[in-house]
Amino acid sequence: MKPMLEVNAVTVRYPGRTVIESLSFSLAPGQIGCLLGHSGCGKTTMLRAIAGFEALDDGEIRIDGDVVAGAGQGLPPEARRIGMVFQDYALFPHLNVADNIGFGLRQLSAGARTERVDEMLALVGLAGEHHRYPHELSGGQQQRVALARALAPKPRLMLLDEPFSNLDAELRERLGHEVRDILKAAGTTAILVTHDQHEAFAVADVVGVMVDGRIRQWASPYALYHQPVDRYVANFIGEGVLLPGIVNDRAQIEFELGVFSGQVPMHCKTDGCRVDVLVRPDDVQHDDASPFKAAVLARAFRGAEFLYTLGLPSGQKVLSLVPSHHSHVVGEEIGIRLEMAHAIAYVRE
Amino acid sequence: MPFAIRLPRPSRGLLYTLPVALLTVVPLLVVLSSVLDPQVEVWAHLLGYVLPGVLWNTLILVLGVGAGVLLLGVPLAWLTAVYAFPGRRFFSWALMLPLAMPAYVLAFVQVGLLDFTGPVQTLLRSAFGTSAWFPQIRSTGGVILVLSMAFYPYVYLLARNAFLTQGRRAVEAAQTLGMSRRRAFVSVAIPMARPWLIGGVTLALMETLADFGTVSIFNFDTFTTAIYKAWFALFNLPAASQLASLLVMFVLLLVVLEQYGRGARSYQVRSGHAERIALAGMARWLAAGWCTLVLLLAFIVPLVQLLLWVHDVWADDFDSRYPAFIGRSLLIAAMAALLVTLLALVLAYARRRYRDGGTRWLIRLATLGYAVPGTVLAVGVFIPVAWLDNVLLAALRPLGYEGLALFKGTLAVMLLALAARFLAVGFQPVDTAMQRITRSQEEAARSLGLNGRQALWHLHLPLLRGGLLSAALLVFVDVLKEMPITLMTRAFGWDTLAVRVFEMTSEGMWDRAALPSLFIVLAGLVPVVLLIRKSEP
Repeated sequence: MKPMLEVNAVTVRYPGRTVIESLSFSLAPGQIGCLLGHSGCGKTTMLRAIAGFEALDDGEIRIDGDVVAGAGQGLPPEARRIGMVFQDYALFPHLNVADNIGFGLRQLSAGARTERVDEMLALVGLAGEHHRYPHELSGGQQQRVALARALAPKPRLMLLDEPFSNLDAELRERLGHEVRDILKAAGTTAILVTHDQHEAFAVADVVGVMVDGRIRQWASPYALYHQPVDRYVANFIGEGVLLPGIVNDRAQIEFELGVFSGQVPMHCKTDGCRVDVLVRPDDVQHDDASPFKAAVLARAFRGAEFLYTLGLPSGQKVLSLVPSHHSHVVGEEIGIRLEMAHAIAYVRE
Repeated sequence: MPFAIRLPRPSRGLLYTLPVALLTVVPLLVVLSSVLDPQVEVWAHLLGYVLPGVLWNTLILVLGVGAGVLLLGVPLAWLTAVYAFPGRRFFSWALMLPLAMPAYVLAFVQVGLLDFTGPVQTLLRSAFGTSAWFPQIRSTGGVILVLSMAFYPYVYLLARNAFLTQGRRAVEAAQTLGMSRRRAFVSVAIPMARPWLIGGVTLALMETLADFGTVSIFNFDTFTTAIYKAWFALFNLPAASQLASLLVMFVLLLVVLEQYGRGARSYQVRSGHAERIALAGMARWLAAGWCTLVLLLAFIVPLVQLLLWVHDVWADDFDSRYPAFIGRSLLIAAMAALLVTLLALVLAYARRRYRDGGTRWLIRLATLGYAVPGTVLAVGVFIPVAWLDNVLLAALRPLGYEGLALFKGTLAVMLLALAARFLAVGFQPVDTAMQRITRSQEEAARSLGLNGRQALWHLHLPLLRGGLLSAALLVFVDVLKEMPITLMTRAFGWDTLAVRVFEMTSEGMWDRAALPSLFIVLAGLVPVVLLIRKSEP
């Protein structure tokens, strides 16, 4: 299937630095992508370049096969047929909900416009709220109006710029799923920009971890967590520690908590290569029968589970996530066992 | 494929801002360039007869009014911002009312009241006999007092703003560290408010340097009256522009100071509704009494006196000439308001759209006129227009044109000078409204399929409506009050309310000056009420 969005080797420079460096990715129709990274990694610039608010220094961007931007030139934003949801929602304060949503529908007849506005209000769960003004709405409702406004003109591509960052944590999670459902119901291809991996995982089918203007890994949330391509992604996504180990002659990895087969770095097939093994908290199981012992250094209660910080005899620390009915006190020694089908290791630096 | 536009867009901000900036820059350059062309006889005359007195007077006036507005404005601001006393709520807004009264109106009312023949001295004489001593109102002290009463609201407004937003927590911190409240005021609150105080004082001093009406009523020679005399009494244009160039340099000094004060101000969120300190015993009545006294002298007594005079002369004086005075005043004020609002919109839009340094600087230059006295702008606009007239007339003569002037003495000259003077007044509210439109709102409009022009129409203009209206209103009222530009650039016989005030006061007919003044004061109340509503939480 022809991709809906293609970003080909795009480079954007600001005076004195390169913000986006030869970045490429694509989205299939209906797919929801996400650019995930710390502030300053270039993710917002990339989004704005797709929207037409930033010029490219190199590369090209295609939407539905049409080139919308090339080096130093591009269609103006209004001609790209995209929809955008902004961090601050950018609702128009002088217009009510219905007029905000109808803002991009000026070319429709009055009847068709009303119909589309009603349809959008129903889609975002605000049916009947036509006449309220943005300042009368809660943050979550404003967010939904912003989404409805962007979806109303049936954009080829939806861009969401940190759309949940102004909401409190609980609402953020719920709205993330809601937005995903709405986008999927509308069948819209979308790209989300965020620094929050929970948001990324809740909304996106595919996530790109961005660092310094490049994508380190472009993969499903599951793959990002379980098979991070490098130690940066491993540290950035989820919790976990890297424990030192050595590759043995059977291409297995030996380290303090056992011997595991798994994914060994390409240029580290040799016997005795020094690596770091990624150990996630959910890999570390409590097992009193285990020969491996660890002392509880700290514990954080998370409701359904405890996150223990455990000290190994070598002085290394690991994290362990256990159901909260397993309560251990700080200082207690417990047996642990690694439950890893597939170890991930990186060359020791 | 053919692309609609090239990105990045080269800055076309200069295209919009340069023509507007010329309005201010040309008069300033014309006036300043006369320094480069010093004419010996002119300077000999100025140095011998004019400058020593004018320089001394100006210096005294600046120092005196600077001290006066601080002494009046800062304590009033502190009282109403920090303490609770009877009438505090009323005084906190009412103390801004004197802004509605042009300084020249306050001046002639005070002179009329306190002069030898005025009601106060007459009353004293009838009570204590002819030997009763009374300070001379037409004196240096008198001018300083009147101007301080007219301009203290600038300091009051800004200082109060500072005390409400800045100092409160810091003063409390100082008190927990063992400082008395009074010491904390002097060593914490005042230093923290310094940028605001500088802003208020420089605004008051700019008005002082620009003042023409008050000093002429007091026969107190300053640059503005000297320029006016050189212009009208001596018909000496070079002398007028030399004097104007000197005045401009004083003013630019103030501009630098004012810009510093503005840059050093950092706005914080108002820190909730802090508890006011209730004054006890005598202190509360002293506080209320002081506020009452200032309000009485600076606003209520003058207003009542105006009303009394108007009552006396109304039947005789309000005749068929008045509709013409009022009509011309309203016409020129409306035209200037419309022009300035349009230009302000252009500037604010350019500033929003083009963020390059050139555009920013041109906007600064364009809005410099608020600091430049009207007398200077009148000279600076007249000279190039007269030159243009001569060039055009010379060109038209062979074609059989016999006229003596094309633009000279037309409304256009007056309008240009007024627009230059009040552009900043109009720009400020429009720009504030423009800044309230977020960049993402603009981008949202673009992403919803609107091009730049459509966005201006459907997004910017509706959201700017309030700002545009207040810009027009503020300029309208300022032009109504304006005196020197109107006097110096109007066409012969084109008298407005302010001109009428000037003519009556120069003949000492205070009661007949009261009638046009009352119209001006009533109009002036409108923007002050708006300001009060905006500044009160």
